[in-house]
Amino acid sequence: MYIIVVGAGKVGYHLARLLMTESHDHEVMLIEKDRGKVDLLSMEFHDAIMEGDGSTVETLKEAGANRADVVVATTGNDEDNLVICQIVKLMFFRPRTIARVNNPRNEELFTGLGVDASVSGTKLINAIIHEQVRAGDMMIPLLTLKAGDIEIVEVQLTRSSHIVRKKIKDLSLPTGSIFIAVIRGEEVIIPYGETEFQPEDKVLALVKRESEPALRKIL
Amino acid sequence: MKVMIIGCGRVGSVLANRLDEVGHQVVVLDKNQQAFKRLSEKFKGGRIVGNGLVEEYVRPTLQEKADILFAMTDKDNVNLMIAQRVKQHFQMERVVAVVHDSILSGLYKELGVETVCPTDLVIKDLLQTIQES
Repeated sequence: MYIIVVGAGKVGYHLARLLMTESHDHEVMLIEKDRGKVDLLSMEFHDAIMEGDGSTVETLKEAGANRADVVVATTGNDEDNLVICQIVKLMFFRPRTIARVNNPRNEELFTGLGVDASVSGTKLINAIIHEQVRAGDMMIPLLTLKAGDIEIVEVQLTRSSHIVRKKIKDLSLPTGSIFIAVIRGEEVIIPYGETEFQPEDKVLALVKRESEPALRKIL
Repeated sequence: MKVMIIGCGRVGSVLANRLDEVGHQVVVLDKNQQAFKRLSEKFKGGRIVGNGLVEEYVRPTLQEKADILFAMTDKDNVNLMIAQRVKQHFQMERVVAVVHDSILSGLYKELGVETVCPTDLVIKDLLQTIQES
């Protein structure tokens, strides 16, 4: 995979290094405006770093954006990250574009304007805080899909859980949620209407974010 | 007409002065208070110190229906982002971004962003001068 990373700040530098050490199949090019930074990093990156303004067509062309699989814009300026991604989409078609969003309020704008994916550090930390808080109440998010709209959650049942000794067909599950597995000791049960919950069961459920409070209630 | 100008630099300030002189309602925004020194003493329009990329600073002017916005800070990318954001969030007749990079200016025109490229204009002017001599 050929990956172009624009901006050799903390995020860009560590991302590029991680990509390079992670797999030798990855070809990485780090683009940085500041000559001093390029000089400093050239010992480490050799041919994988170049000096230039990544938000210009010339620099991106020189970096070979036309054959890149992914272009990641990681600078500290949202306006630069937006323009980088838009140029890539307009001129080079092929690469997927990922933008770092410094101001979380720009995320919506980016998605509407041709950025394939955006990552906001602030939002990530915020999401983790909320997950930590929710973990306290026994419902643990395992996997988030579709940018947070759908989740797979794990619930550890206890003797006092509402649904223990009840069959699935007798429960009124909120719309937008479904049980996908019950883990009982070593056994994994794919649940159906007749499945009866027992204390100590671990239940996996697929749930839409908006249905989560309702699901929590019946558990 | 009600006009908002973001970036009170050499060009923005003169544009603001001229429009104000001929009776338009002008609001100028710049990050730097000092930039307003470029405005003429007779300038009657509004001055806002703030960041054009932050909605709070532009909203009061734009939500009560401005006719045209010029994004003309010294940074192309800032102007392009302001223009696209304003188009998305406010119902504006015209939003113009000043983009010095000629290629970028052409590219964003294709995207439907109205751009003006000072570089192109100077070149056009210089070429004309040569032809006339």
